[in-house]
Amino acid sequence: MAKITASVYTSHVPAIGAAMDLGKTQEDYWKPVFAGYEYSKQWLKENKPDVIFLVFNDHATAFSLDMIPTFAIGTADSYEPADEGWGPRPVPVVKGHSALASHIAHSVIQQDFDLTIVNKMAVDHGLTVPLSLMCGPRDPQTGQWPCPVIPFAVNVVQYPIPSGKRCFDLGQAIRKAVESYDEDLNVHIWGTGGMSHQLQGPRAGLINREWDNAFLDQLITDPVAAANIPHIEYVREAGSEGIELVMWLIARGAMSDINEGKQTGAAPQLKHRFYHVPASNTAVGHAILENT
Amino acid sequence: MALDKPYLDIPGTIIFDAEQSRKGYWLNQFCMSLMRAENRTRFKADEKAYLDEWPMTDEQKRAVLARDLNWCMRTGGNIYFLAKIGATDGKSFQQMAGSMTGMSEEAYRTMMINGGRSIAGNRRIGEDGDAQRPATDSTPTA
Repeated sequence: MAKITASVYTSHVPAIGAAMDLGKTQEDYWKPVFAGYEYSKQWLKENKPDVIFLVFNDHATAFSLDMIPTFAIGTADSYEPADEGWGPRPVPVVKGHSALASHIAHSVIQQDFDLTIVNKMAVDHGLTVPLSLMCGPRDPQTGQWPCPVIPFAVNVVQYPIPSGKRCFDLGQAIRKAVESYDEDLNVHIWGTGGMSHQLQGPRAGLINREWDNAFLDQLITDPVAAANIPHIEYVREAGSEGIELVMWLIARGAMSDINEGKQTGAAPQLKHRFYHVPASNTAVGHAILENT
Repeated sequence: MALDKPYLDIPGTIIFDAEQSRKGYWLNQFCMSLMRAENRTRFKADEKAYLDEWPMTDEQKRAVLARDLNWCMRTGGNIYFLAKIGATDGKSFQQMAGSMTGMSEEAYRTMMINGGRSIAGNRRIGEDGDAQRPATDSTPTA
């Protein structure tokens, strides 16, 4: 059967992608950011998944105000990197895994999560920056990502967005769905976005290092408590865009220590943890957990 | 019955909720159109004429022409949509975010390098933080 073996958490700041695309990774400003992912690139090589289930949010790219799905799963064979206004990022096309994605959609909807199914979607920095950070640079024509990716988009742009608790419960449903797939596949689940940042208004530039690190602690060791953090706390403490962190709870909820909303199994092993301020307007947070 | 909006007491912040989205629908859809290169070219060639193709309010058009992102947001704009205007102008996200704070680009960048804006005094309206000023630089005139 297919199995989720690890989860990865990372910010997906667009400027990080731009720094890679423009060859700025060795500049003093960016060096510490990329240093924080050196271990991770090696780890991903040594623990290569068959499929990455990548939770991210679209930033008014594939989804305008025409339609705003709360949870959308990509079931296509491939996804083009989007032109977000600066031209598409020079990275490879993202190959999907339509068979597993369709299976997950079927199972998760039967578990009462009403997903939107997407067969055509350009993917923006929310999805490609985590891949770039974890895999390193890839030539857009001759290169490829290490494995197929299932994009899972969460609405965190127009409020109300799903609660942390809902995301955490959804993660558990995704794990059940993966484990009911017959083929032996090693699946990683990634939760992306955050950490503290605010991109608007006189409060733009907000960073809350103390809150971010407390969130990381809680996410790792007491995820049920993290899942119960109300929206207003994210917005007040981590900025209007810090709310993206609810997406990390989908990945955390999919780990094997979580059963029926409680942490009952063996705690996952923390392989790596990193935090840095700033990348552009944002605090960069990152962690890797392996099921034991 | 009034909807629960616990975020209205946060200073210097407009939460893009269903009400803001309804107000800003055409403004944001105009912004989306700038994701196509040919539309960016047409917009740059004659901004007013391009804006007049959209059923936006006059105030929304003035806010766009003034590139006052706080003003755009008050009329229903969302930052991820408004970012398409910035991209058309060749601005980075940091320049756009900074433009809403009343700080110079350099001062904003320095603040970020030094750890960002502090949360102290910026959790609730009426505290004594640096994000408590009104959310506009331009004076909207009729």
